[in-house]
Amino acid sequence: MNQSVITIAMPKGRIFGDACKLLRNAGFRLPDTFETTRKLILDLESEPFRFILAKPVDVPTYVEYGAADLGISGKDVLLESGRDVYEMVDLGISKCHMAVAGLPGHQSRNPFLKIATKYPKIASDFYRRRGEQVDLIALNGSIELAPIVGLADAIVDIVSSGQTLKENGLVEYDRLLDISSRLIVNPVSYRLKKTQIDQIVEKMIRATEGTKIGMD
Amino acid sequence: MSQPYMFEKPLGLRDTLPRAQQEISRLELIFQRELQRWGYDFIKTPALEYAETIGRASAIADNRLFKFLDAEGHPVVLRPDMTTPIARIAASSLRNAPLPLRLSYTADLYRSQRKEGGHPSEFEQTGAELIGDATPYADVEVISLMMSLLEKSGLASVRLAVGHVGFVNAFFYDLVKDKEIVKQLRNLLYNKNDVGFHEYVASLNLPIDAAKRLNAFVDSRRMNNEETLAYIETLVSGSATPVHSYYRNILKLIHLLKLDHLESQIDLDITLVPHLSYYTGFVFQGFGGNLGFPVASGGRYDDLLAKFNRPCPATGFGIRLDRLMSAIKIPDDKRSKRKSAVIYNRENAGIAMRFAAEEREKGHAVVLQHADGIDNPDTFEQQFESVNYFLDRTETGE
Repeated sequence: MNQSVITIAMPKGRIFGDACKLLRNAGFRLPDTFETTRKLILDLESEPFRFILAKPVDVPTYVEYGAADLGISGKDVLLESGRDVYEMVDLGISKCHMAVAGLPGHQSRNPFLKIATKYPKIASDFYRRRGEQVDLIALNGSIELAPIVGLADAIVDIVSSGQTLKENGLVEYDRLLDISSRLIVNPVSYRLKKTQIDQIVEKMIRATEGTKIGMD
Repeated sequence: MSQPYMFEKPLGLRDTLPRAQQEISRLELIFQRELQRWGYDFIKTPALEYAETIGRASAIADNRLFKFLDAEGHPVVLRPDMTTPIARIAASSLRNAPLPLRLSYTADLYRSQRKEGGHPSEFEQTGAELIGDATPYADVEVISLMMSLLEKSGLASVRLAVGHVGFVNAFFYDLVKDKEIVKQLRNLLYNKNDVGFHEYVASLNLPIDAAKRLNAFVDSRRMNNEETLAYIETLVSGSATPVHSYYRNILKLIHLLKLDHLESQIDLDITLVPHLSYYTGFVFQGFGGNLGFPVASGGRYDDLLAKFNRPCPATGFGIRLDRLMSAIKIPDDKRSKRKSAVIYNRENAGIAMRFAAEEREKGHAVVLQHADGIDNPDTFEQQFESVNYFLDRTETGE
């Protein structure tokens, strides 16, 4: 079968460094300037791979519509977007967790808890499963502000080291789920370029073995 | 809701303009001809059905149905699929027709979608149902028919993924012996969440061998057809009887597809679980062109007719015309139908009309247009392949 170009959507920002390291471990010959370039599309010279550098929340969108064949995306983004893509490998990088946090000893005076979050779907699923009625407030960043200025009783957000919470005087109330980055695949690309994609998946699985902890 | 703008339509609905409609008609024509050649009869059903019958049996999630009350206060739905109405017909009006029945349709379906491009709430589908034949020969027939339609439509690099939900259910049940867990596992497959599948298996505290088999099952997607078959064989050793009989079913199908020379276009993927929950046996999805979504899907649904009090095996498929249209790349000159124009004046009305009639009789598309009715001659004439002028000022005596 002929070698068609495989397009891989990469998340810029927090995960990017980890993802590049993993790709190099998997045998991708990324150029040295890969991490520093401001280009949005990069073609590898030696292999039929094209990388597109997207905002992390958009990676599943590019992959679902087939604009990219593969992508690297955080589980938080995947859960929130609910896109129809194969979630094939837990890459074990950029680990963090989703948590409920707020001011220590805070007593709500609202009839229903007010929850500020960048992840309204995840938060709403969590509280619905618990049978708790809450008012969600969607924010786009610096979520930690919300409980401090009295906009919300608590926040649902990702926590990696816990440093941001600590510096803003917040504590974790509840842990929702663990998060790491995943290799996602467009369902049609998977059928049309199966051999090539299977090879990449195998390479990524092997590269991932080293990063995983607590798996046999 | 604020007052809609004059040009707005209800959420998820769209107009089909001439250019797109031409392409849809082209596909409809190809499909109609081919389906008739295979001996399938076309039928039509109403767009509105009772929520208690079609709405419930269709297995489309409740929040995706367009549901409202009819004039008598009965809850009705806009049909979300055609397989269920056809099952209703096969179980009622065509109850006494000899089996197997071969029926086909082209119809608009309605599913309330999320607010995003490429996911319309109303879309056209062409499909076929083969009712009353439980053999794998029937499955091969509908698969070959679907492939033939996709090929004839001009879709490039047509491929098909084939799975078997009956096998999946039996295999899972044999290992975990719990219907709820089977449902969970199947749901994870439907969501294409391999990572979640492995995590869920790990959380079940199954015997090591069972967990290993389940994990290996998902990873089998990455095998080629020969490997998959050999692998299924190792899976069924020591399994319960239903697993074995489904396995023999799969073997038979692959053998038949080989006879039909379709094997090279087929990807046997036993982890394939499509959304409609009424499927009981083989399931398949068709892909091709440059679109990120499957253009066609189908499968065997042996339990659906029983919901209309006529237990009867059946299998079929549907092709989404909106998706197929975006997946096919046709050069612009081939896409637009060639039209010519006849522009005339009062003095030449008679000859112009005769000329146009003769051209139409030959099968050419001709626009007959009086010169005085044209707003801007330059832009008007640009639309046509050629223009014939009948603008002589001398009276022709008519």
